[in-house]
Amino acid sequence: MKHIEGAFAVTAHIKNADRLVCLNAAAEEHGLRRGMGLADARSFCPSLLTELHDAQADQAFQRRLVRWAQRYCPWVGEDGVDGLFLDVTGSAHLLGGEAALLHDIRTRLARSRLTVSIGIADTPGAAWALAHFGQGCADTGDTLKAVRGLPVASLRITAKEDTTLQRLGIKTVGQLADLPRATVGQRFGASVLMRLDQALGHQAESISPEVNAPVYATRLTLPEPIGLAKDVMAGVERLLPPLCEKLMRMMAGVRVLSLSCRLVDGGAQTVELRLARPLRDPARILPLFERGIGEIDAGFGIDQLRLVAVQVEALPAEQTTQASQGQSRQDDGLHDLITRLGNRIGLENIQRFLPADSHIPERSFIIAPAAWSEVGGAWVSLTPRPVRLFPPEYVAASTNRPPGSFKWRGMSFKVGRVTGPERIAPEWWLEDENWRHGVRDYWKVETREGHRLWMFHTPQSPGWFVHGTFA
Amino acid sequence: MLVRFPDVFPLKPCRYHEVTGAGSYSFAAICCGLVSSRVLWFAEGWVPEVLNPNGLQAYCDPHQLLVGKCGNAADVLAATEEALRSGAVPLVVAELTKPLTLTSGRRLQLAAEAGASTGLMIVQEGMGSNATQTRWRVSPRYSADVSTLMQWELIKNKAGTCGDWRIDWNDEAHRISVVSEPVQRANSAHEAY
Repeated sequence: MKHIEGAFAVTAHIKNADRLVCLNAAAEEHGLRRGMGLADARSFCPSLLTELHDAQADQAFQRRLVRWAQRYCPWVGEDGVDGLFLDVTGSAHLLGGEAALLHDIRTRLARSRLTVSIGIADTPGAAWALAHFGQGCADTGDTLKAVRGLPVASLRITAKEDTTLQRLGIKTVGQLADLPRATVGQRFGASVLMRLDQALGHQAESISPEVNAPVYATRLTLPEPIGLAKDVMAGVERLLPPLCEKLMRMMAGVRVLSLSCRLVDGGAQTVELRLARPLRDPARILPLFERGIGEIDAGFGIDQLRLVAVQVEALPAEQTTQASQGQSRQDDGLHDLITRLGNRIGLENIQRFLPADSHIPERSFIIAPAAWSEVGGAWVSLTPRPVRLFPPEYVAASTNRPPGSFKWRGMSFKVGRVTGPERIAPEWWLEDENWRHGVRDYWKVETREGHRLWMFHTPQSPGWFVHGTFA
Repeated sequence: MLVRFPDVFPLKPCRYHEVTGAGSYSFAAICCGLVSSRVLWFAEGWVPEVLNPNGLQAYCDPHQLLVGKCGNAADVLAATEEALRSGAVPLVVAELTKPLTLTSGRRLQLAAEAGASTGLMIVQEGMGSNATQTRWRVSPRYSADVSTLMQWELIKNKAGTCGDWRIDWNDEAHRISVVSEPVQRANSAHEAY
């Protein structure tokens, strides 16, 4: 972070104009405010320095603050894009009361040069009002007294409602609270009353804390750089158990692991391990790393290892029986093999066949990656199908029935026996370039030479093709 | 002594074998059907001819097949060797497009021994390696009665002489039967194994 003297603002393109999203105290002194157009702001303050708004980074920073704020209480929610709600009920005394808590938050955030405004009150609404218009601690049980003098905008009402209230001369929360409820309800609808009730505690309001996604990562920093594959393996052996323990607690298994090795000269080498099944057993994961670690170029040495579970899947504990143990051990062996092969040829390239509901030969089965699919479905075929399929190969013939002799792939064939035809119509609801010749009459053609071919004739645009081979 | 069919088929375990000819895929599928466990089948990804599970189901359960699509011929060999060595599956089938050298054949043989699994390489005619245990040439044959007749020639055998059989696949019984040569013995019954 760079420290900037003088006026500075963050801008974003909102409603067809560059506008100020956030600005520092020096800029405010020049009379700038949020939402102002950048062109206007420049005319007020020509020396204004600006930076483009990075919403994602802001959000990530807010997330980090949420995580940090959990040191004060377990119940932390986000408020818009620039605030946090902390439910400190029952945890303020741990830091010596609300005032001490406030002081602690202030000093810690000031140390990291963050400007904050904080309010503590009995209700989220009142705390929000205090934080935005006044700051400080409201006395317990006397919320109205604390917010009485604050402007009505502090009730989180819309800008339109705020303007109307102002025009009627109702400037403060106290004035609004003193009005008869019926007239306020009639004049402004339920929303203003709801906000007032929420601030004063007549209506409940819950804050919804974001559950932090658990971070599955471990790190090992080394006093002396290492360079041998054996040493890196030893490092991974130490990193795995705590990671797997955490996975065990969360009933999860890792699918993709990434090991990054920081080199002493500043570079980094990454080894990615994609597993065929979710795993959390260090003894099984460790040997799978061997190949990847062997390929690391350690350079001048590695001084930090970081192991991250990039992709995690639910892996609930399962009851095993004496009988299922043998089978599962065999499956474990196969899955480990698939993982090792997958790291060589790509995990998605190890596939299995699944039956599909279609008469089109090429679409009567699905090829699915074995690591992400389960065996299922029954194989049904009413007529014999060829063992091998290939893109249709043209054969010169002009009859409707299979020709008596023909040439295919440079070989001459005499036809011995034919079985068919079996007419297969294209699936009109799917556009398929290969089926533009229309319906096909399939024949099983047994040649005198021995070859058994699956040929088809397209009556709508006459032609003969070989589509597959039996045997 | 002449080799008898039951001595050479089912294929000798812990070894690797080669098959060639137009009928090599059904031969491989029959071998897959003989093992009751998962089978790994490696092929190069660019080859336009693909296995059709609907056709394979006559010989074996397509659910048992795991197909590995490799980028090139070297990957096929490397993956096959790794699968054989791990011993996780009893049978590994690989389609090869390049000649198998003596070194790679020997490596496959050692891997099969180490993992106690059987390898079956589908090779082009004349592209096999001398390290193989057996080499078969399988070609479909025309017959007026059945449409599943095949000629299985044992053209290399490390542990005996070569042989030649006529094999018929029985679709209902899901097994092969050795058919006597009609020219040698007229009116002979099917001799089943």
